[in-house]
Amino acid sequence: MAIEQEVLVVGGGLAGVTAAVSAARTGADVRLVSYKQPTLRNASGLIDVLGYTPDGEGPLVDPFAALDDLPEGHPYERVGADAVESGLALFDDLTDSTYEGNHTERNALIPTQGGRVKPTARYPASVAAGLASDERDALLVGFERLVGFDAPLSAARLNAAGAPFEARGATVEFPVALSADPKVTRFAHLLDRDEAGEERQEGSVRRALVERVVTHLDGEQRVGFPAVLGDDHPEEVRADLEADLGVDVFEVPMGPPSLPGLRLEDRLYDALDAEGVRIETGNPVVGYEAGADGDRVEAVAVDRSGATVPYAAEQFVLATGGLVGKGIDSDREGVEEPVFDCHVGHPPDRYDWFDDRAFGDHRFARFGVDPDRELRPRNGRGAVEFDNLRAAGAVLGNYDFAAEKSGSGVSLATGFHAGRLAGENT
Amino acid sequence: MGATPSVLVIGGGSTGCGIARDLSMRGLSVTLVEQGNLTHGTTGRMHGLLHSGGRYAVADQASAEECIQETRVLEDIASHCVEETGGLFVKRPEDSEEYFEQKLRGCEECGIPTEVLSGREARKREPYLAADVDKAIAVPDGAVDPFRLCVANAASAQNHGARIETHAEVTDLLVEAGEVVGAEVTHESGPGTRTHGKAGTTERIEADHVINATGAWAGRIGDMAGLDVNVRPSKGVMTVMNVRQVDTVINRCIPKGNADIVVPHETTCILGTTDEEVEDPEDYPEEEWEVDLMIDELSKLLPVLQEARTIRSYWGVRPLYEPPGEGTADSEDITRDFFLLDHADRDGLPGLTTIVGGKFTTYRMMAEDISDHVCDRLGVSASCRTAEVPLPGSRDERVLDDAMDEFGLTSPVARRSKQRLGDRASEVLDTDGPNPVICSCEGVTRAEVQDAIDQSGTDLNAVRIRTRASMGNCQGGFCTHAMAQELHPEYEPGQAEAALDELYQERWKGQRHGLWGEQLSQAMLSYALHATTMNRDHATRSAAGSRTASDADAGETVDFEAFDGGAPGGD
Repeated sequence: MAIEQEVLVVGGGLAGVTAAVSAARTGADVRLVSYKQPTLRNASGLIDVLGYTPDGEGPLVDPFAALDDLPEGHPYERVGADAVESGLALFDDLTDSTYEGNHTERNALIPTQGGRVKPTARYPASVAAGLASDERDALLVGFERLVGFDAPLSAARLNAAGAPFEARGATVEFPVALSADPKVTRFAHLLDRDEAGEERQEGSVRRALVERVVTHLDGEQRVGFPAVLGDDHPEEVRADLEADLGVDVFEVPMGPPSLPGLRLEDRLYDALDAEGVRIETGNPVVGYEAGADGDRVEAVAVDRSGATVPYAAEQFVLATGGLVGKGIDSDREGVEEPVFDCHVGHPPDRYDWFDDRAFGDHRFARFGVDPDRELRPRNGRGAVEFDNLRAAGAVLGNYDFAAEKSGSGVSLATGFHAGRLAGENT
Repeated sequence: MGATPSVLVIGGGSTGCGIARDLSMRGLSVTLVEQGNLTHGTTGRMHGLLHSGGRYAVADQASAEECIQETRVLEDIASHCVEETGGLFVKRPEDSEEYFEQKLRGCEECGIPTEVLSGREARKREPYLAADVDKAIAVPDGAVDPFRLCVANAASAQNHGARIETHAEVTDLLVEAGEVVGAEVTHESGPGTRTHGKAGTTERIEADHVINATGAWAGRIGDMAGLDVNVRPSKGVMTVMNVRQVDTVINRCIPKGNADIVVPHETTCILGTTDEEVEDPEDYPEEEWEVDLMIDELSKLLPVLQEARTIRSYWGVRPLYEPPGEGTADSEDITRDFFLLDHADRDGLPGLTTIVGGKFTTYRMMAEDISDHVCDRLGVSASCRTAEVPLPGSRDERVLDDAMDEFGLTSPVARRSKQRLGDRASEVLDTDGPNPVICSCEGVTRAEVQDAIDQSGTDLNAVRIRTRASMGNCQGGFCTHAMAQELHPEYEPGQAEAALDELYQERWKGQRHGLWGEQLSQAMLSYALHATTMNRDHATRSAAGSRTASDADAGETVDFEAFDGGAPGGD
């Protein structure tokens, strides 16, 4: 059962998918292996490139203007501005009309679930009518049983932040009788199906929702909901709501599980299929085999129901994620990259890994492998670990994506760069 | 002196709240002031062990007898705060056989029921016990929720007319004509429940008698009247695991030692502890070696702990006291007994009594003693009823047992809510409005959070200790913002914001000590959610005094027009 590929990508998040497509487009034969569910479902679905500098300056209007000033070792500094542009272009191509923002290099400010705004470069089409720089007044609508988005509070915050429009908030009961504590996906699926499927609710769920919302409308030209407007048919749900309300409808991104993140995941996996990438999910990579002189990876070992199977390839891309995705692991003694045991720089004392303030300058947020300009992880002495191993996405160190708002952009830029170089070297 | 004698109790820990309840039940007019939340000091930072007395059965039999007696009382009057887990004193091969026998004999002498188990029998009860554990003594140890017990005492006191003021710091004792007649108090946000952003006020509270029940802070209060109260604060670490590896309290059967106890507590286990004298009860080092010691030492009893996930660690300060002249060198050897200092007798300053030392388990008995003393001083003859009358929430056992309405909640949430609320469950949960779960880790609903807000204002840490919301695996990553939203519209957006920042920082403080493996991964997820998805960091970053403090961070100078306003011709 020999498995052999030109390019093998380990990890199925945004970086892994981008790397796989990027490699495939060079003509290479690509396989992607992914163990766990990608962390996209944890993410808002917004594609941030750079919202703040590492020094905290921002929100940045033009993320590209700030790329030149990034410190040495930052993933963007490693790959250069061209790779950032190319990664975004690839993303635009894969997501087609479901994402917006590529008409300008400027960041957009998106209202968040807590009523702040955050800078981002690409946003789902479902979010587009909610931009904070849009001067149209907005009604925000929350659901009684969906915690985490308090519409009147969010509206008050937006107004206090000086947004150039008047926001108002209203909280309504979802028009289907729900348990005390419905899952986020339950709202989406009810709107997808557009029928409750139960005796106590007849007719269209979407129309019933409109009836509850329309009484709150007071001349606003757009209405924002928490991002639960459909899982499988979001465009249809939104179009129906817009038609019946007679105004634009937008979503406010929410925390996990995030419907925009799940939709993006579906979209990207469809794209992988279309690009001819072989996908294998559910089996962990548990180790690797190096060549005789130790400077090349020959194969990775995949655990398939207890049997260890070698997957050989000419080039490898490591896109296993950061601390959240477990591409970077730690114990009381230290921090490691568990698949290839690549060097991860970290202070020896774990009490130096964090700042005492919750939003302080956390060293752990920058844990990851340290790559050369071809994104090949380097050991503690600065030498490349393996000639044919490249890293992409959150497994990379030297940047704090949460503070910078740069997570998706780094995944796209480094995924594009690592995938292309891997493909070209086959 | 008016018709009803008045007493001012300083300190809102278990002892102070116990005294407030006792005296108000006896008909006195009681005011209690606490500088932080209820349980802010030592009570909120203990391991949650309800002592059978087994721990003291060799070295301090008087304390052991009090413990078994008071444990029985609390099982009656505070059933919703107590879990009768049972406990084991576990002997490893290298531990002294002679001490094991002494422990067994000591328990019998103190009336503590025991049962000797072989290693095999002990492991049958607690499968994670190490394979080489020789044998064990089973005793009726239990677990107690110190927050809810303390809050229940305060609520009972209020029901009997007491005034309870939290976030009210005593800044001076009022001494007139050689007598303490009250205290000057600064209310952080005025009297009543705490409200973020509301201006502070100062109040003179006069009383016929003042009780200093401030534990490790007793020396400071003493200083205000020129009294020497020599409290020797001693710190101890508690490390919280993410699951209950054991359902029984596990003690190591050795004379004394650090890291020798594991207490199951709600959804977690708590490892304890150390014993190190400190200078200042509010400012002392929290050190890595202490956390490592808990894991490494207690892994000898429960090897599973070596690789297990800890969600946070916290430190408490024992209010140890010894009379002048004892001069005990090692804080571990200082007595755990309590001392009532009548300053009239001791220092010639009437009107003030201090209580120091003692143990959580016997808080009620201490409160009874000091209440007797104060009543005696004030010429009041009324007897103590705190051992007989159940605390609020604990009145009616039936309510917890019968097949009552689940309030539309799924069964695990309903069950856990009822365990926390006891007989208050119907009153709190029977709401007409939607009642979604706010904290999924601990199963806390909107109704319970709102009930806590009614009691404690914008103070979300006070909501936390009443409900356990934000105390589970995610340490508030997924729920603190939802908790803060519950403050609106009763409170302003800015107040909800400030309350959120404060709770989030408090949750971070303890998590820092468990940041490796799964919990570091969880912490990164929370950080990403709050910083990336909600962009909370750029408003609070400057407030927290970090990277930059530019005005742009306040969000008010953002030039909205400069950013993307939407695709031309787009929707």
